[in-house]
Amino acid sequence: MEQYIEDLKEIKDIMNRSSRFISLSGWSGVSAGVTALVGAYFAYQTVYTNQNYLGYRQAQLSPENLVWLIGIAITTLIIAIGSGVFFTTQVSKKNNQPLWDSQTKRLLINLSIPLITGGMACLILLSKGFVGIIAPLTLVFYGLALVNASKYTLQEIRSLGITEIILGLIAMHFIGFGLLFWSIGFGLLHIGYGIFMQIKYRP
Amino acid sequence: MKHILDNLDKAFENRVRLGIMSALMVNDSVEFKSLKHLLKVTDGNLASHLKALEKVNYIAVTKEFLDRKPNTKYSATDSGRKAFKKHIEAIENLLK
Repeated sequence: MEQYIEDLKEIKDIMNRSSRFISLSGWSGVSAGVTALVGAYFAYQTVYTNQNYLGYRQAQLSPENLVWLIGIAITTLIIAIGSGVFFTTQVSKKNNQPLWDSQTKRLLINLSIPLITGGMACLILLSKGFVGIIAPLTLVFYGLALVNASKYTLQEIRSLGITEIILGLIAMHFIGFGLLFWSIGFGLLHIGYGIFMQIKYRP
Repeated sequence: MKHILDNLDKAFENRVRLGIMSALMVNDSVEFKSLKHLLKVTDGNLASHLKALEKVNYIAVTKEFLDRKPNTKYSATDSGRKAFKKHIEAIENLLK
C-alpha cells in the first residue's frame, strides 16, 4: 500500500516538474517590485513637478519629458528583467535543473504574446497622444500575460495576474491616479508575492 | 481483491517506467536528455526501460537531426495513454 501512495506522489511530482517551470525565485519578484517603485518615483518627479501634492493632477508631458519617461521605462524594464533572470538562474543552479529547456521556452512564449501585444498597443496609443491610458493598460496586459503563462509555472502566478487586471481596470477609471496604481501593481504586488512565494517554496 | 490487482499494468511496475509515462502524459514529446535529467537515471538504464515501453507499443520514438546532432524524442501513444490511465485508476481503487 505504502508503495502505491509513494508511486502516486512521484507521478504527480514528475508531471509537475516536466510540464511546469518551477525554478521561479521569489526574490525576482521582490527585486522587480523595488525596481518598479524606484522607476515610478523618477517618473513621478518628471511628470508631476511644480504641482500641488493633494488630489487629482494633470500629467505634464513636454517632448523632453517624454524622452525622459521612455528612458526611465526602458531602464526599469531592463533592471527588473535582468534581476529576475539572475535570481531564477540561482534557483535552477541550486536545484540542478537546466534553465533553458522546453518548459522555460513554453513559459516565455505564452508570456510574450499578450505582453508584446500590450507593449505595441501602448506605443501606438502613446504616439497618438493618449498618455493617461498607458499605465492602466500596461497593468491589464501584464495581468493577461501572467494568467496566460500561469499554466506553465507555479499556480500562484494566476491570481497575481487576475489582481493586476482588476487593478488596471480600476486605474482606467481613475485615470489621474495611473502612476499610483502602476506602483501598487508593479511595485507592491511584486514585492508581496515575491516574499510569499519565497516563504512557501523555499523556506 | 484479485480482480483489482489484475488491472495493474505489468509494464508500469517499475519506477522508471512509471516516471517516463508520467512525463509523456503531460507533454507532447520529451527528449531523451530531458527524461534522463528528470528521472535522474543513467543512459543505459533509461534506454532499456524506454525499449520495454516501446516494445508494448506504449510510447513512440521520433529521431531527427538538430544541427547534425541526433535528437531522440519520445511521446505516448494512444494505447499507452489508455493503459496508463487504467493503471492509475487501479492504484486509486486499491487505495480506497
